Amino acid sequence: MGIPSDLAVGAALTKRRSGRFWPARLDFLESASGLFLALFLWVHLFAEASILLGKDAMYRVTMFFEGYYIFGTPYPIIITLFSLFILAVVVLHAVLAVRRIPVSYRQYRVYRDHHKLMHHEDTSLWWVQVYTGFALFFLVSVHLYTMISQPANIGPYASSDRVVSEWMWPLYVLLLVTAVVHAAVGSYRVAVKWGWLPARDPAVGRRRLKWLMRGLIVFFLLLGFTSLGAYMKIGIEHRDQVGERYVPTWQQESTPPAGDMGVRP
Amino acid sequence: MTGNGEAVARGEGAAGRRLRISVLRYNPQDPQSRPHLQTFEVEEAPSMTLFVALNDIRDHQEPSLQFDFVCRAGICGSCAMLINGRPGLACRTLTSSLGERITLAPLPFFELIGDLSVNTGKWMRGMSERLEAWIHASGEVDIARLEERMEPELAEQIYELERCIECGCCLAACGTARMREGFVGAVGLNKIARLRLDPRDRRSDADYYDLIGDDNGVFGCMTLLGCQDVCPKNLDLQTQIAYMRRKMLRAAILPAS
Repeated sequence: MGIPSDLAVGAALTKRRSGRFWPARLDFLESASGLFLALFLWVHLFAEASILLGKDAMYRVTMFFEGYYIFGTPYPIIITLFSLFILAVVVLHAVLAVRRIPVSYRQYRVYRDHHKLMHHEDTSLWWVQVYTGFALFFLVSVHLYTMISQPANIGPYASSDRVVSEWMWPLYVLLLVTAVVHAAVGSYRVAVKWGWLPARDPAVGRRRLKWLMRGLIVFFLLLGFTSLGAYMKIGIEHRDQVGERYVPTWQQESTPPAGDMGVRP
Repeated sequence: MTGNGEAVARGEGAAGRRLRISVLRYNPQDPQSRPHLQTFEVEEAPSMTLFVALNDIRDHQEPSLQFDFVCRAGICGSCAMLINGRPGLACRTLTSSLGERITLAPLPFFELIGDLSVNTGKWMRGMSERLEAWIHASGEVDIARLEERMEPELAEQIYELERCIECGCCLAACGTARMREGFVGAVGLNKIARLRLDPRDRRSDADYYDLIGDDNGVFGCMTLLGCQDVCPKNLDLQTQIAYMRRKMLRAAILPAS
């Protein structure tokens, strides 16, 4: 086939290099960005679950991510910058993944009929990715915009108020389910796609990966919903004092000096 | 193997059943013809295959029924069709492995000749030409001399991939191929994997990249694994495609190698 003539003509006339190696790079970047986002999601869910160990534990985790243990002062701007970086990776991943989804009624209808007739798990799993991925465009954008614009509003009370009093819990329920499913299914698919199997026999490797995928979905849904429940409980109890910030137990007796970690959140 | 499959292996066809076989009838040559399902009743015989059942229908009920077969033994790849929605070979499918109601349809993706008969050969030839799926040797081959020697292990590996019968099941089972008609499918990628193994083919990975290094080739594959799960020859297509994808990525990152 060589360089497709339409690409070659365009490249010659615009003095651009042919770009024949881009399909390989794009395919790899799609997998790599997806895998990175999945790993980030799992770390994120663990960090968020610190509320299950108590308000002080969650407070410390917040301080950690705001750089208090490195700089001696919390800098919420770190959250803004990191969220911008995650947003960039999400946009990259979305641009690369959108190449795959059906773009016409014919393609949509053909795939839908095909997956209904085939009764084939991997064919259906991709359909799950299309739907969850599409939903995540919107759900992730809202969540990331909140993190970028209000980085200082993270903490045992601030986060709980957001969940309950600012009515974010319906979004978080949808975001949790779609993100956890999309990440686990996507990671399974990346592993099979590049042939990274945990067994010599490909059938055994694939079966093991699929069990891992199911396990990850169940575990992170349980962890996520338990954490969300904990924030909701705190948020409901704290409904009358919205805006008040949590003071860690070790500072509740004395007034914290200015600049210390007790100032916020 | 499923429970049904085990029963079949022991030759215990559930004789005495009355099968209701619905066949998608359509003749694209006839302007009056509209796609519709026609149901035939067939008395099941022990160890009956769909191929036998279809011949029974054509001999005794509907002489105009079109379907393809040559070898009756899973070698020629002619009798591939959708069996209850999934691609498979009629000659290798025992009726005892299916329920009493069976739906048969032609393989999608390929040009329909009529009823269950499709023109896989035309597409396979076009794909082979696009992928230049033949040995590219350096210089003239002297047929008077002995062939170059090859390690038996390598010959075995090549033979394993050479077992593909081009029945078209992998394409009919592939959501990617169904949506995007230019996709070369597992059969095409398997051909390149086979030629790449062959020391007589002098092409480099950069040359192979020109053939399959785009969205119609290995980077268009969405790893839906329909090919792997329906291949009647049980070829390990998943592993071959993943391997070619890694090699082609390498060729793209390190073009000089």
